[in-house]
Formats: sequence, structure tokens, C-alpha cells
Amino acid sequence: MKDVIFTIAAQKRLTDNVYEIRLTGDTSAITRPGQFVNLKLEGLFLRRPLSVCDLDGDTLTLIYKVVGRGTALLRGMTPGQEIPVLTGLGNGYETALSGDMPLLIGGGVGVPPLYLLAKRLRAEGKTVFAVLGFNTAAEIFYADRFRDLGCNLAVTTADGSFGIKGFVTDALPENYTHVYTCGPEPMLRAVYRKITTGGSFSFEKRMGCGFGACMGCSCKTIAGYKRICKEGPVLEKEEILWED
Amino acid sequence: MGRLSVDLCGIELDNPVIPASGTFGYGWEFAELYDINILGTFSFKGTTREPRFGNPTPRIADCPAGMLNAVGLQNPGVDRVIDTELMKLKTVFHKPVMANVSGFSVAEYAEVSAKLDAQPQVGWLEVNISCPNVHGGGMSFGTDPEQAASVVRAVKAVTTKPVIIKLTPNVTDIVTIAKACEQAGADGISLINTLLGMRIDLKTRKPVLANVTGGLSGPAVFPVALRMVWQVAHAVKIPVVGMGGISCAEDVLEMLTAGAAAVEVGAANLVDPLACKKIIEALPEAMDRYGIRNLRELRGA
Repeated sequence: MKDVIFTIAAQKRLTDNVYEIRLTGDTSAITRPGQFVNLKLEGLFLRRPLSVCDLDGDTLTLIYKVVGRGTALLRGMTPGQEIPVLTGLGNGYETALSGDMPLLIGGGVGVPPLYLLAKRLRAEGKTVFAVLGFNTAAEIFYADRFRDLGCNLAVTTADGSFGIKGFVTDALPENYTHVYTCGPEPMLRAVYRKITTGGSFSFEKRMGCGFGACMGCSCKTIAGYKRICKEGPVLEKEEILWED
Repeated sequence: MGRLSVDLCGIELDNPVIPASGTFGYGWEFAELYDINILGTFSFKGTTREPRFGNPTPRIADCPAGMLNAVGLQNPGVDRVIDTELMKLKTVFHKPVMANVSGFSVAEYAEVSAKLDAQPQVGWLEVNISCPNVHGGGMSFGTDPEQAASVVRAVKAVTTKPVIIKLTPNVTDIVTIAKACEQAGADGISLINTLLGMRIDLKTRKPVLANVTGGLSGPAVFPVALRMVWQVAHAVKIPVVGMGGISCAEDVLEMLTAGAAAVEVGAANLVDPLACKKIIEALPEAMDRYGIRNLRELRGA
């Protein structure tokens, strides 16, 4: 964990309400894909957590969907403005688990953390299969970026307006060595039921501090109580305990 | 004695800044960022007899100038706290620590206090009779002078260490409760715990918190806390630890001027893990600005 002031380098609209923001600052505390950062925005008390999408030297890329006051504030910010950020939070994805043919499954705004993971796995020479699911063609983002990395790619849309009609679980390849996934919880549950290998699942929960102090985002697992912000957000398949 | 040092129930603190229970874990996350020995002390996570998961999530809601929490006393239970957390703590923190005790019965308060009393590093017992987020315990002891006094007597009977009773602001008359605790033998009073509140998500038309209600903390509550600290400090002779929304050195000075012997800093730690360090470092300059030579001269102004 590190407390760093980042400067906004660029903001780009990716879809109707999904934005990409590039920030410049000390990224040294970010050690794994799947970690997140926590942004202090002017006028809001609690910080807002966002997963790391990409990392290149001192450039940090985040992707967010405008859903509430925090993300609306972020959208209104412009290049040159500064944001205090706690970086290098959470455990992230372990690339050593991937095997030769990892499968990455992302749903909607769960796609971003898989991008840095795909980049790292490709750099390690792995054959990466990525299945990205969206509601409709207009909501698709970053599919071309995964293809540019050399991933085998399948895109699904719930309404069939692009790619394979259906959910991510309708487009899984036959052979893969490990699954990495992030997305809405119903998708994670469906993936959990369907996959035949080990898997690393990234969870989302409303957080207080984001660094393990407040116990705001606790969950029960087979291996005891865990904090999504600290021992998570990535939990391994064997330890997941679905509540209700 | 340095100009920042204060006395809390006979133990000298290098400065009056104490991270509040539930916002600082067992210090570990913060020790990653700075040397936590610069703190006066800290109050560790509220401890019960049994391990507790706490309330369902969501447990947190953002608010204007503050936050709601309904964590519900998640903790590994007193035995684990002693075997694991206090063992680890010794490696990063070398001052007396404040042990925060919670319970669901008078007997539980006494049992947990007795176990923590036996730990050499524990300097004070802060007894939380004010948690708004659990049922059948916590705050129910802190809203009735008789019950509050019975907890104080039970804890005092099992410890020789200073007993500080943490009070809830969710009462009609805080002074009556504080006086009952003093008469029952409490060595100090800390206040305020969080103010009961709630929020509704308009998209779902349901409460944001799974527990429906939660405790409000953060700068929003500071004036309420200050008022209550003033009232209590002027009504009892034992030391008062002031807390509620403190987020800068000036807030500390206001609390001490209102009569607090020391202060606890809560929600600010969750937004800025360096908050206490920054406050301590800013104190000398803030004191200079207001012509305060040392903090001990402020009390009871």
C-alpha cells in the first residue's frame, strides 16, 4: 500500500457510460494484476475503489462506469487535475496458477482487471483465451485490445446484437488449464458451476477503508472470514462459500 | 514531559492522539505505512468472548462529511486476540495499548476484561457499552444508568488497570450515564460512540445497510461530540477521552479545551491511513498559532 498523488493524463469515453482514465504517478506499490486503487475525490467522504486495468511505467489506466456520485464526479475531472490515491490494494491474481492455457472470463465492468492479467500472461508466453460478456453491442469495450494482445477471443452479448448470443458460460472453450474471472456475482456463480479446473474469482463489495482496517467488506469463506479488500478481492475456487 | 504529553488515568502519553477502536484493527495495516509508536496509544478492535463474523454486508454507507457503519463487532474472540493479535502487536508497537472490550452480558464483559487484564501490554481497558449495531448487548448497557453501573462494577472487580467506559450519544441525558459510571468506580469515560443513522438507496428503495441502521461517524458528528464531551467533562472528576469526527490538529485542541484529557480519532483513519500521523505532526504548529505552550494547560478551560 502506498499513498500517492496521481495526475490525470487523459479521459476517454468508451461507451455510453463507461470511461477510461489514465493517471500518472508512482505505481510501484502495484505488484499484481487484479489489485485495486482507492481514489479520494473532492466532496466525498469515503474513497472510491477501482480495479487496475493497465500499468505502463508510471501510467495507470482505470476503467469506470458512471453509476453514482463518485463516478459522476470522476467523469467531470480533467487532465492536469490531481487525485490522492491509495495504490497496490488487495491480493490480485496469481499468474503462477495459470498453466499453459488460461481462460479469462469477464463480464461488463468486470473486464478491466483481466486486461493487465492478459498482458502479463501473454508476456509469459501463455496461450490465453478470453471470453468477454456484455448486455448489448453498444456496451462492448476493450475487445479489440484483448485481440491485439494475441488472445483468442469470444464476445457474448445477452441480446445477440454482437458475437455469440447468450452469456459468457455459453462461449467457454473445451480445453483450458485455469480460469481467471471478474464480473457481477450471478456471472461468477454461473462460472463457478460450469468450469472444470481451478479458478481465481474477483469479488466486489462495498468497502469502507479498502486496506483492511474497518471490516466493512468481510465475507465468509471455507478458510474462515476474509476481507474482500485485503485477502481478496481475488478468492480461489476452493475457498469460496456462496452465501444464501 | 514534552509539550504534547498528557496523562490518561496515571499513564503518560507522548501525545493525546489515540486511533479509535474499530478503525485501526490491531495496528498492522497502519504499521505498513508509518511507525505507529508515534501514537499516544491506540484502542484495538472491540473484543468479545466468542469469535464474531458480525453483520451481513453491505456494512458501510457514505454520507455527507461522514459514514455509516454496521460492522457488528466482527472479531476473532478474546482467546485468538491474545494468542495471535497481541503476539504480533508486540513486534510493531512498544507502548501500553488500550484494550477495547464488548459483550452481551455483564458476565461476558467481566470474563473478557479479566483475560485482557492479564496481558502485560494492555494499559487500559476501554469498555464499550455503546455499540449501536448489535442486538441484546452493546448499546443497551449504555442507555441505562443502572445497567451501565453494573458493567463497571463487574469489570472493576477483575482488573487493577484503569477502566474507561465508552458511552453512546444515543441517550436523552449523557451526564446521568457518565455520573453513574463514575460512581460505580470507572477510572475514565470515552465518548462518543457513533450516532444511530440510516440511508436508503433510491434505486432499490431499500436501506443501504443490510442491518438497516448503522452508526454515523466522521466530521459531521464533531460538534455533537464536542458538546457531549464538554457536558460530561464538566460533570465528572475522572478523565474524559473525547472522540467523534476529529480530523485535524485544531479539532484535537478544541476537544482538549472542552475538557478532554486525550482524544480518539476514528473515521479519519479509514479515509487517510496517515491521518493520525499528520495530526500529531501538525499539533505543535497549531499550538503555536493559538499560544498554547503545552497541552496540559488546556484542560478544563
